[in-house]
Amino acid sequence: MEQRTDKNSYTLFFAIGMVLVVGSMLAYAASSLKDKISENKRIETQQNILYALGVNENEGTSAIFISTDKVAEAFDKFVTKQLVLQGNEVREDDQAYLINIKSEKEKSKSRDYQRQLPLFVGEIDGKTLYVAPIRGKGLWDAIWGFVALDENMVVQGAYFDHKGETPGLGANIKERYFMDDFIGEHLLDASGNFKGIEVSKSNADPKNTDKMDNQVDAIAGATITGDGVTAMIKSDLNLYTPFFKDLN
Amino acid sequence: MGLLSKKDTKLITDPLADNNPITIQVLGICSALAITAQLKASIVMAVSVIFVLGLGNVVISLIRNIMPSKIRIIVQLTVVAALVILVDLVLKAFAYELSKELSVFVGLIITNCIIMGRFEAFALGNGPWRSFLDGIGNALGYGVILIVVGFFRELLGSGTLLGYRVLGDPIEKTGLYAFGYENNGFMLLSPMALIVVGLIIWVQRSRNTSLIED
Repeated sequence: MEQRTDKNSYTLFFAIGMVLVVGSMLAYAASSLKDKISENKRIETQQNILYALGVNENEGTSAIFISTDKVAEAFDKFVTKQLVLQGNEVREDDQAYLINIKSEKEKSKSRDYQRQLPLFVGEIDGKTLYVAPIRGKGLWDAIWGFVALDENMVVQGAYFDHKGETPGLGANIKERYFMDDFIGEHLLDASGNFKGIEVSKSNADPKNTDKMDNQVDAIAGATITGDGVTAMIKSDLNLYTPFFKDLN
Repeated sequence: MGLLSKKDTKLITDPLADNNPITIQVLGICSALAITAQLKASIVMAVSVIFVLGLGNVVISLIRNIMPSKIRIIVQLTVVAALVILVDLVLKAFAYELSKELSVFVGLIITNCIIMGRFEAFALGNGPWRSFLDGIGNALGYGVILIVVGFFRELLGSGTLLGYRVLGDPIEKTGLYAFGYENNGFMLLSPMALIVVGLIIWVQRSRNTSLIED
């Protein structure tokens, strides 16, 4: 005997019904949680910038952000100015941290678009630091970060993050032992030209004592992620070189 | 055990040892290889699978009598995918840090053959409560192996556990490293996960010879 559920019309009816139910359920969940999710992302950007400035709650060897309830206050206190560089023009914009780096990068591929480059000026312990966002490609997906520089383009703090690098290998770019290696490294070479910082497998300097060599020690097993970090530092931070030249 | 009858208890305890989804049924190997380089990732994956498989089994069991058998695989996939997306959204809104840890594994949960396997083999023929227990049991069995493999891979590969340097500092040469010990980077690559799973299977079958098939 043919069962009721074997009929073609029933199968079709069931499939349509299922899609409607599941689809509307997910759409409802997505739209009702959207505000909360984008708020979380906004707070995270502030935490990232503060982390690069050295405002964090690091414990031992692990990297810990400033807690979410203190972040707004700390951001107002330490980030004194938010600049947007566009062409030769520099303007202040207190919403600059909301600029989408990914879409700016996309848009700048067309010739007649002047990319907006956000730069965050922070005051900490009497020093003025400049935090610049960077973004690039790792092995599997996007990687990005925030780098704090002094007026001579010497790195004073760095934060890296990734979307889907391999746990235990490429994902370790967001570990402190990797990020802290960048502190003190020079982006310019001895003659003052932009050189970047290379994530190097052959610098024979695992403790990173030589800060003038434009190199940090790579993570074993994460060659392509490391090359991605090298590339995004080179391409994105170089865009800020004219600003720092003007500064001095 | 007043809460569970003897038969129900077996649903949870069986997959932990003598009917383990990974070591006996050899299911879910792909995700076991991919994410066990770190103990933390293994734990997060285990918890997510427990949630998705427990709930998914209940949903499938509830709709098993009205589900057209011709499209049942598609229905099962839709249920898993919807659950996983829902979990991901809720985590992003209420536990943002955790969701960042999890992000890589969301796709892997959907493709986990244990989930489809339990839907097919159990939830289609049993009631919601028993399906729930079966889901939890199998996900626990999967999680236990994941955590054991993750423990050894992180310990021998990176010299850390949950990110803490338990063997000393490899660069400063303290702790075990002072005696010339070196981390084995090979442990972090996927082939070693397969070898560790193989060793677990070997140990398990040599202790219980009734598991050996001719």
